[in-house]
Amino acid sequence: MKFAVIQFPGSNCDQDCLAALNGISGVRAEYVWHKKTSLAGFDAIVLPGGFAFGDYLRCGAIARFSPIMASVVEEARNGRLVIGTCNGFQVLCEIGLLPGALVRNRKLHFICELLTLRVEVPDSAFTHGCPQGSLLRLPIAHGEGCYFADEKTLRELNERRQIILRYSTSDGRIDPSANPNGSVENIAGICNREGNVFGLMPHPDRACELRLGSADGLKIFQSMIETIEATRAQAA
Amino acid sequence: MRVKVNVVVKPKETVLDPQGAAVRDAMQHLGMPEVRSVRIGKYLEIEVDDKTPNLDSRLNDLCRDLLSNPVIEDYEVVR
Repeated sequence: MKFAVIQFPGSNCDQDCLAALNGISGVRAEYVWHKKTSLAGFDAIVLPGGFAFGDYLRCGAIARFSPIMASVVEEARNGRLVIGTCNGFQVLCEIGLLPGALVRNRKLHFICELLTLRVEVPDSAFTHGCPQGSLLRLPIAHGEGCYFADEKTLRELNERRQIILRYSTSDGRIDPSANPNGSVENIAGICNREGNVFGLMPHPDRACELRLGSADGLKIFQSMIETIEATRAQAA
Repeated sequence: MRVKVNVVVKPKETVLDPQGAAVRDAMQHLGMPEVRSVRIGKYLEIEVDDKTPNLDSRLNDLCRDLLSNPVIEDYEVVR
C-alpha cells in the first residue's frame, strides 16, 4: 500500500509522516515534490505539517497553487483518501477541499502541547478504529490553528457529522477550558461531505510511538489502511 | 509606464482578531482609553504595467483567489 507525502518548500513534518507510515507493516510512504503533477499509483495522500512557503500571505495561501495540488484535488474528487495535518489542514481549507479557515490562535501564542481529543465520528474513514467517545492523546504545534467557519457552515458540519475530532478535557468533556486556540466548538479536525478528505491541527505523525508520549496517531493511520483495504476488497 | 495599485485586506467583522485586540489594549494603556476597537489587516502596494489588458477584472480575480481568503477576509482595491 502506497502513501504519498507531499513536500512543499517549508514543510517540516514530511519526515515525521514518512517515518510514522513506513513503521507500519505493509505500508510504503514516498515523498512527492510539490512541482510534480501526478499522484498515479498512490493509495492515499498526506499533506504534512510545517510552514509551506514560509506561511507568507496566509498559511497555505501559496501552497494551494503548487502544481501537485491539481492532482490532489482530482484524486480527492475520485474518492482517494487525503489527510492534511496542521499546515496540511490549512492548505486543504485554502484550496476549498474543506470548508472554513484557520486563523491566529486566540491568545496569539504558538502552542506546542500534548492534548486530549475526543473522537466524534467513530465510523469515519479515518477513525473507525476508535469506538464512540474514544479519547486520543495527540500533540499540537501551531500558531494559527483557530478553526473558523460561519454559522451556516457549522450547522452543516454538525448535521452531516463532518466534525471528526474536538479538543476535550482529559475526562472527555467538550469544554472551553480544553480549547487551546479558540477554535469554534472546540473543533480540531473535520472531513469533507464525502468523508474522504480529513484535516486536523493535531499531529498523528508525531504520536506513533509510546516513547514519543503517545501512539494514538497510529489509530488514525490504521483506520485509513483498513478503509483502503475494505475498498479494494469491495472492488475485487 | 507603471501604475500603482493598492489592495487592503481586512479580517471580516465576524472573525476573531486577537492581534487587533492586543493592539487596542496597548493603545488604551498608552494614553488613549478612548480606543474602542482595532482591526489589523494587510496593505499591499502593487506596481503593474499600465498597458495591462483587463487589469481590473484580473486583479479582482487574484484578490479573491490569492491575496485574500473570502471565508475570513474582505478586500478593497484602491487606485
